[in-house]
Amino acid sequence: MTIKDNINKIRDNVYEIPGSFNKKMRASGRLYIDDESFEALEEGAIEQIVNVACLPGVQRYSIGLPDIHFGYGFPIGGVAAFSMRNGIVSPGGVGFDINCGVRLIKSNLTLADIEEHLDELTEKLFKNIPSGVGSKGKIRLDEGEIDKVLDYGAEWAVENGYGWPEDLEVLEENGRMVDADSSIVSDKAKKRGIPQLGSLGSGNHFLEIQEVDEIFNEEVAKVFGLEKGMIVIMVHSGSRGCGHQVCSDYLRQMDKAYKKYKIQIDDRQLACAPLDSKEAQNYIQAMSAAANYAWANRQLMTHWIRETFEEVLGKSAKDMEMDIVYDVAHNIVKMESHKVYNREEDLLVHRKGATRAFGPGREEVPEKYRAVGQPVLIPGTMGTASYVLHGTQTAMDETFGSTAHGAGRILSRSQAKKDYNPDEITGEMESKGIKIKATSKHVIAEEAPGAYKDVDSVVRVSDSTGIAKLVAKLKPLAVCKG
Amino acid sequence: MKKFEYFDVTADIGFKAYGNDLDEAFENAGLAMFNIISNTDEVDAVNSISFEISSEDEVSLLYDYLEELLFHHEIDFMLFSDFDVEIKKLADGYSLNATIMGEPIDWDKHERKTEIKAITFHMMDVKDSRPFELQAIVDL
Repeated sequence: MTIKDNINKIRDNVYEIPGSFNKKMRASGRLYIDDESFEALEEGAIEQIVNVACLPGVQRYSIGLPDIHFGYGFPIGGVAAFSMRNGIVSPGGVGFDINCGVRLIKSNLTLADIEEHLDELTEKLFKNIPSGVGSKGKIRLDEGEIDKVLDYGAEWAVENGYGWPEDLEVLEENGRMVDADSSIVSDKAKKRGIPQLGSLGSGNHFLEIQEVDEIFNEEVAKVFGLEKGMIVIMVHSGSRGCGHQVCSDYLRQMDKAYKKYKIQIDDRQLACAPLDSKEAQNYIQAMSAAANYAWANRQLMTHWIRETFEEVLGKSAKDMEMDIVYDVAHNIVKMESHKVYNREEDLLVHRKGATRAFGPGREEVPEKYRAVGQPVLIPGTMGTASYVLHGTQTAMDETFGSTAHGAGRILSRSQAKKDYNPDEITGEMESKGIKIKATSKHVIAEEAPGAYKDVDSVVRVSDSTGIAKLVAKLKPLAVCKG
Repeated sequence: MKKFEYFDVTADIGFKAYGNDLDEAFENAGLAMFNIISNTDEVDAVNSISFEISSEDEVSLLYDYLEELLFHHEIDFMLFSDFDVEIKKLADGYSLNATIMGEPIDWDKHERKTEIKAITFHMMDVKDSRPFELQAIVDL
């Protein structure tokens, strides 16, 4: 009998792993996944859902979202919430790329306005926004300045002339976690962060010029300021070496902490500490600082994107209405209030490869979107569509206000390199009218669309289960990859 | 004896590194790591950096060592191709002295492959076999 035989389908695209599956489980598991993905899902990822359901103070369900796959300790595409009274925090529940996230910038341009400039736009964006392994950001920080970046996030960027004050209103957390404390962040993390601020990174991170291809919900699209045919720009990036180092630092500390506090775990990478411990509080403050770094990073890139459009098209970014639609974090831990058995409770919500999808009425959602729920940005892979959805009450009721974050790899990089020829991929993209600029041919083969799960099915399951509803489909026109 | 080899993991990459003693296995782990980022055959050993670390057990020592390599790659903006490692057993763990040699990154000269985000503990292993065998997975 396999683990899958113990799982019950409770409605279309929703499965439950009963809490009775394993004596150590303190909550049940839930999977939001279609039948085909369920069949294909590796057992290791399900075991990880179960392992998370065994952690102290876990509430309601340990959740796997439509893009769930095997991660380190916690699965990717997972959500777990812990009681503030007897719960834990775990760096493995956030991942290495703290506040890896997605930002969407709109415009009043259409394809006709940029078509003849698309090559130049792509070349200049690629040049103006550093990307790839061993790339440095364009700005030089003074020694003490990194602390301000870590403490104030996107606010620091806007105060220093990178972007517009109104940008902050449409970023998750307004681009700043107030719990951040730069004095807790190691010198190593700061040293890795200083040269990389204002750079995209590599791997699945990207910058794309896209066109709104299809509107699924006119009313909500209007609230988000999106129209069919509109040119938009999407940035997928995170906290760079700074966040990776914060995660590593605390993986090591938590590795000692869980033994000290005698917490039983089945995998060293679930290492965690009780919320009232010094180790837990320090991690939360350092993680928040790294999250701020990521928001500052995406804010700098936004500024350079606007400058590039201004330079190429000869109009001001304000005239082109290059406003931010929204910015989401998909690797983060946060204190939020949620209903647990009809009582509002403060919980510590871990999202690892999961997007917050708060529904209508939540005060965390910017006022102009509050009536319809927050924008949810789900990036595709190179050359495939990306999507805008909106948060729902169903997500609030079932998934601690969360949904999927993207496609998820299915082929290893070396397999992708065997299966795909970078020149052919580039040719195929160009025949579809998509331009690609990358720092190396390796990345083009490694990031071939076939190396990832189909993002269309991921958003379809989100939509059909109601944990986020479709608003718009975005089609890539030009892709910059690290 | 092979110096190192790679194995597939879906989202990332793993490697095994071998050596006649623990020192050599750690040196070859450095090579394995920098051949993920670039091609070490093209990296001349012109500048050197030395560091010392200590850790509670062999697996933690490997983690801390690989992390130190990544740190120097990023903050010194260098690639490394020559690793000299000396490990000592202490009463409460291990110490490691390393001198690593390489040169500043020049993407016109050096092949640009993949960025390593972090070292993971996943399946990390140090086998005191003959040859010594190390195993690590790095997050890309």
